[in-house]
Amino acid sequence: MIYNEEFETLPREALEALQLKRLQQVVSRVYHTVGFYRKSFDKAGVTPDDINSLDDLKRLPFTCKQDLRDNYPFGLFTVPMTNIVRVHASSGTTGKPTVVGYTKRDIETWAELMARAFAAAGLTKNDIIHNAYGYGLFTGGLGAHYGAEKLGASVIPMSGGSTKKQILLLQDFGPTAICCTPSYLLFLAEAGKEMGVDMKSLRLRVGILGAEPWSEKMRAQIEEALDITALDIYGLSEIMGPGVAMECIEGRCGLHVFEDHFIVEVIDPVSGEVLPYGQKGELVFTTITKEAFPLIRYRTKDISRLMPQVCKCGRTFVRMERVSGRSDDMLIIRGVNVFPSQIESVLMDIEGLEPHYQLIVDREGSMDTLEVQVEVSQQVFSDEIRELQKLEKRITKDIKDYLGVTTKVKLVEPKSLQRFEGKAQRVVDKREI
Amino acid sequence: MKLEQISIFLENKPGGLSSVTKALRDANINIRALSLADTSDFGILRLIVNDVAKAKEILNASGFAVGRTNVVAVEVPDKPGGLHSILEALTLEGVNVEYMYAFVERSGENAVIIFRFDSTDSAIRILQEKGFKVLPGEKVYGI
Repeated sequence: MIYNEEFETLPREALEALQLKRLQQVVSRVYHTVGFYRKSFDKAGVTPDDINSLDDLKRLPFTCKQDLRDNYPFGLFTVPMTNIVRVHASSGTTGKPTVVGYTKRDIETWAELMARAFAAAGLTKNDIIHNAYGYGLFTGGLGAHYGAEKLGASVIPMSGGSTKKQILLLQDFGPTAICCTPSYLLFLAEAGKEMGVDMKSLRLRVGILGAEPWSEKMRAQIEEALDITALDIYGLSEIMGPGVAMECIEGRCGLHVFEDHFIVEVIDPVSGEVLPYGQKGELVFTTITKEAFPLIRYRTKDISRLMPQVCKCGRTFVRMERVSGRSDDMLIIRGVNVFPSQIESVLMDIEGLEPHYQLIVDREGSMDTLEVQVEVSQQVFSDEIRELQKLEKRITKDIKDYLGVTTKVKLVEPKSLQRFEGKAQRVVDKREI
Repeated sequence: MKLEQISIFLENKPGGLSSVTKALRDANINIRALSLADTSDFGILRLIVNDVAKAKEILNASGFAVGRTNVVAVEVPDKPGGLHSILEALTLEGVNVEYMYAFVERSGENAVIIFRFDSTDSAIRILQEKGFKVLPGEKVYGI
């Protein structure tokens, strides 16, 4: 179902004309109101008058997370605080958080985009949405909440944590949809099962899952454990929050970027060159309608590619492939680039293994070592040592074949690895370089 | 004439074994015989207990990966050559022993050897034909 037929199905030509007009406006506005942009444009030798086509976008310099930190907390806002109705902040694992602001109209835009996302998942005002994204500074909770209300659905503002209560409400309130991270939903499915709840008999029929990279295999596992359709949603607080792109239930193949509000590019993370459609690289977004906190060519560090083929759902927006990793999650092991998500997909190809794993990177002498810890599931357990050793060898070989890197595989006890309620931290890097 | 053994995956780390024995103690389960096979990283604890179903249930509930395997218990006189006579008979018939462990009965006269064979049924048939005393499960659980 399409929430905003007019914009979501605009012919490409009209869409691009709209994007150009909005881009020119925003570029001019940030140049004239934010010192940071004036300096960086001047340094790159480009002015707002140079933007005469969408292709000219690539002449503008990138904005990155460090620029947000340097202008902490409100330095990149283009409107006075009196026009800001809300701020959010991302967890600053190193140093200070990155802060984002919204005007009243920004909040309305965001609510519409989330409503579009829910509609793309087949939801209507008749649905009950269990929102297990965290409420607070994190954009997930409130972003999904406003979108669900905009759609007219009933929202359960559950937030994260309190596993037992989550399970209780899933049973008693009968929500038809759930929003959370994919790993948290898998955790809930497991926890419910342990509490003796038949998680397949819940009324849930769809999951709107995002905020961390996941895999097709994990999707299959979630769908099997809960008997639902699992869909991918994409967003990041700097750009807006959840609802930047959403997978449609009709296509289930890539996420439609809401291009009437954002321009998306894919670049080579090393050279910064713009890559053609279809090639994998780092996603870069420009917000073209945001008032309080527009961002020009923001480097997300998320790895994906764009698919321009027309989707059967009727939306004309380009689709981005499920994010397959972060350019800063990328591990370089003895010169080989390794994404945790690639290891995950190897593990999930082995019958009976659970998607619970941890990567330990260390250095022996001058050699990097990568240890892959995998939980032994009931299914793969054998009472014979050699069968388990065979499994270790198979995992080692499959990773070597697929990634070209030699790892040490270590089997660990079930449920001994940490479970994550937010973004999963799969990598422990012990290297001292 | 088969006997059920439970096996548990354990990482090589302090407290691994005691968390199993604690779970069994709390459920009032008695261990009749055990063996621990290990590599540098992990081990497999194999147990004969007085209540197989309950032991598996409580260990699963405690979060362990638990398996159930059919093994064979053979009684032999506790004297030199006792074990050899069994192995000789099996070797002649081409039966392979995957692993084995032994304990001595309370009376002290006989040893009980627990075998895991690659083909359990034919091993039992051969042992019985050759006159060895294969112990039924109930007997061993209650020793």
